[in-house]
Amino acid sequence: MSFSIRRQWIVSRADRIPGLRGLAGAVSGAFAFAATARADAPMTLFSPADPQAQSIYGISLFVLAITLGIFIVVAGLLTFVLIRYRQRPGDDNREPAQIYGSNQIELSWTVIPILIVVTLFLTTTRVILGTEAIEKPKGALEVTVIGHQFWWEYHYPKLGIVTANELHVPVSDAQHPTYLEVTSADVTHSFFVPRLAGRMDVIPNRVNEAWIDPPQPGLFLGQCGQYCGTQHAKMLLRVYVQSQSDFDAWVKAQQQPARQDFSSDPAAAEGERVFMHNACMNCHAIAGTAATGRFGPDLTHLASRDTIASGAVPNTPANLRQWIDDPNSLKPGCLMPSMHLDGHDLDTITAYLSQLR
Amino acid sequence: MSTIPAVKGVDETQATRRARLPARVIHEWLTTVDHKKIGILYIGYALIFLVIGGIEATLMRIQLAQPNNHLVSPQVFNRLFTMHGTTMIFFVAMPIMFGFGNYLVPIMIGARDMAFPRLNAFSFWVSAMGGVLLYFSYLGGSGLYAAGSAPDVGWFAYAPLTAKVFSPGHSTDYWTLSILLSGVGSIGTALNIVTTTLCMRSPGMKLSRMPLLVWLYLVMGGLVFVTISPLTAAQIMLTLDRYLGAHFFDTQAGGSAVLWMHFFWIFGHPEVYVLILPAFAFMNEIVPVFSRKAIFGYPAMVAASVGIGFISLTVWAHHMFTVGMGAAGNTFFVFATMVISVPTGIKIFNWLATIWGGKVIFATPMLFSVGFLFQFLIAGLTGIILSIAPFDWQLHNTYFVVAHFHYVIVGGILFALFAAFYYWYPKMTGRMMSETIGKWHFVLFIIGFHLTFDFMHIPGLLGMPRQIYTYEADRGWGSWNMIVTIGVIFQAAGILVFVYNLVRSYFAGKVAGPDPWDAWTLEWSTSSPPPDYNFAVLPTVRSRRPLWDLKHPEDPDSDYEL
Repeated sequence: MSFSIRRQWIVSRADRIPGLRGLAGAVSGAFAFAATARADAPMTLFSPADPQAQSIYGISLFVLAITLGIFIVVAGLLTFVLIRYRQRPGDDNREPAQIYGSNQIELSWTVIPILIVVTLFLTTTRVILGTEAIEKPKGALEVTVIGHQFWWEYHYPKLGIVTANELHVPVSDAQHPTYLEVTSADVTHSFFVPRLAGRMDVIPNRVNEAWIDPPQPGLFLGQCGQYCGTQHAKMLLRVYVQSQSDFDAWVKAQQQPARQDFSSDPAAAEGERVFMHNACMNCHAIAGTAATGRFGPDLTHLASRDTIASGAVPNTPANLRQWIDDPNSLKPGCLMPSMHLDGHDLDTITAYLSQLR
Repeated sequence: MSTIPAVKGVDETQATRRARLPARVIHEWLTTVDHKKIGILYIGYALIFLVIGGIEATLMRIQLAQPNNHLVSPQVFNRLFTMHGTTMIFFVAMPIMFGFGNYLVPIMIGARDMAFPRLNAFSFWVSAMGGVLLYFSYLGGSGLYAAGSAPDVGWFAYAPLTAKVFSPGHSTDYWTLSILLSGVGSIGTALNIVTTTLCMRSPGMKLSRMPLLVWLYLVMGGLVFVTISPLTAAQIMLTLDRYLGAHFFDTQAGGSAVLWMHFFWIFGHPEVYVLILPAFAFMNEIVPVFSRKAIFGYPAMVAASVGIGFISLTVWAHHMFTVGMGAAGNTFFVFATMVISVPTGIKIFNWLATIWGGKVIFATPMLFSVGFLFQFLIAGLTGIILSIAPFDWQLHNTYFVVAHFHYVIVGGILFALFAAFYYWYPKMTGRMMSETIGKWHFVLFIIGFHLTFDFMHIPGLLGMPRQIYTYEADRGWGSWNMIVTIGVIFQAAGILVFVYNLVRSYFAGKVAGPDPWDAWTLEWSTSSPPPDYNFAVLPTVRSRRPLWDLKHPEDPDSDYEL
């Protein structure tokens, strides 16, 4: 057999690449792993903040370790064969011994993967059952989450509270978690706050159940996890876990109807009139007034929130004014139309809404 | 060079290219029913869309390189990712696999053509029209600025986002109809592949002597039948919803969003096996030749391939771990998904054992095959990671998933395709592709691939969702996204070098002769390119490697095959 063409294919030093690649893979894997433990990544999967997320974290480390082990072994073997059995210069051109198979070897690398699969399956099942198949404790706080394009509606049915975009829950233990019943008013969304729980899809015409049980106060960030239209990217989530006393204070404040007395603030008083005489009340509700629209977020205690537009921008009077003037300038493609108010009306409405703590 | 002793019927008269009128050439290609030309038409078509889909990806990557970027509006970005995904799956990967299958399956079994040549041509042209229809959508609506009427519902188009009330206008309909057309073409091609394989093998080629490539295309063809049907049904139901007042997926009227998910993923998961099985097929032919050894464990490889085909039909709801199926449903799909890793692992181990004890020749096809082996291993392992349902509740719809499936499709399937190009280009054109340029292609592309898709896992692990046109600056995702974007430059350079190599080699490549790689399957026993009738005389097939038997009459495979 002629090797005259074959000589140009003979391995050069540069073709150590196969081995290097395996090494690079392992190094970058370790690098990635180390990097993900940083705390300045508020949605990292590697910083669980409650026992449920902790159990997911535990099994994730387990499977990462197993897959890393498999990678090291198989990639190591691959690297070895490619270097050890490469055709060397001055080779004698004979074909190597042709080996067609071996039943024992096939069996070994069938049985061992099956054992690994069984192990992974059993550990996974245990976590699934521990999350999805447990009874709701009687002391659970019930919250209804309704996904909209592109904001979140929250009801606390037993507390008589309706709010939007920023979820407040108390610290929990096993007997008093927060149970979320999630559904959608329009398209499919997903409730995704990784440090507290795995995501749960928010599907119209279907009610799903999820729960969180954070033991420590804090602010936890997330965002919609299922593409739902133009502003899917800015349908952000903010979960405020508060101590029991702080939560009770928040509940009390939220249960009050909206502030009505603006005798000390004529701009806000005029703003209330502008609000009630425009189409605002068709979409928005303010408890205690004639505004009972449910298409958009409840504004009763708008000024108590840190952000507007479902987390897209901080809740400042300037942002609020710009939002009302032209929502698409802050969140292009959102469903709130510009109300085409003149500058004076915008100022007074902003003054009014900024007083709704 | 080949050393086939005096095989009668290697037709050398094709060596000279007669000058012909361009009009005649174009007419011949437009009306051909020859499987080889149709194969090349599919491949060329797919390469054009590969470049277009790559441009869409590049625009997205530039937009995402930094938080709160303004290269494109959210409306345009959402159209870009929908078009990119739809293009790459339906108008790049499917056609290119059908193209190679069309070219190789008949010739590797010693047949003269596919069983139904006119159906073959029809299948190509109707699929091609699907792609044209999809891209016509950019010109619909208000025109190209803000991307016309291109669909923006994501490549899997979840209901009820696709309902008329949430997607007014025609963008969804372009998506639906173009996929419907492409599905018709897929069924036709699969029909040809399966019938040809079962009915037109040359004498002596029992099923247990078929090249593994042909086995894998047989399984792929069967899988296409089963998988395209629910997709077509779903498209029809969606169109009925949108235009004739049906409510299959219309949740406002009691329909089910989850029903769409089931239909789509019963298609969508086997679909990715439809794409990977031919990649396995190429590896099964290329790795042995460049290791100078027969494939290790042919019966196990056949069993694993068929097993993968069947099991792939049972795992679809691992795309739905987060919809609230309940513990029993989630557990079943965890199990099925993990089970499929066993035959897949067997294939990797068998390739390893094929190389063991061989003589590895690092020609360009083998370089890409080695890339495939490492990268497909990693892709499979990230798949196992995703099969852990509780971990998937965190990882679903994040960039970890995007990194995983691009690792399979680019790191696995595209690398196997590059290997197949370099390996079979001499057969298709009669010229070798340049080895030097090929090595440049390999180095540039693999650097770009790893920069992009290795580092893409990290934003996923840090919680970054997919299908978002921008992201907050305080999430810690920005610098990783920048690295991911830089990799695009190298990949684009690699593709340009590849296209240059394809074109240049056609005119200036070294003449290949019938068997430049000293290989063992039937296609290497005829001239390069083959005559229209493929073979004048077929060598007798007494084993899985008929040309090995001819070259080594003292040591034929038939004495040793298991």
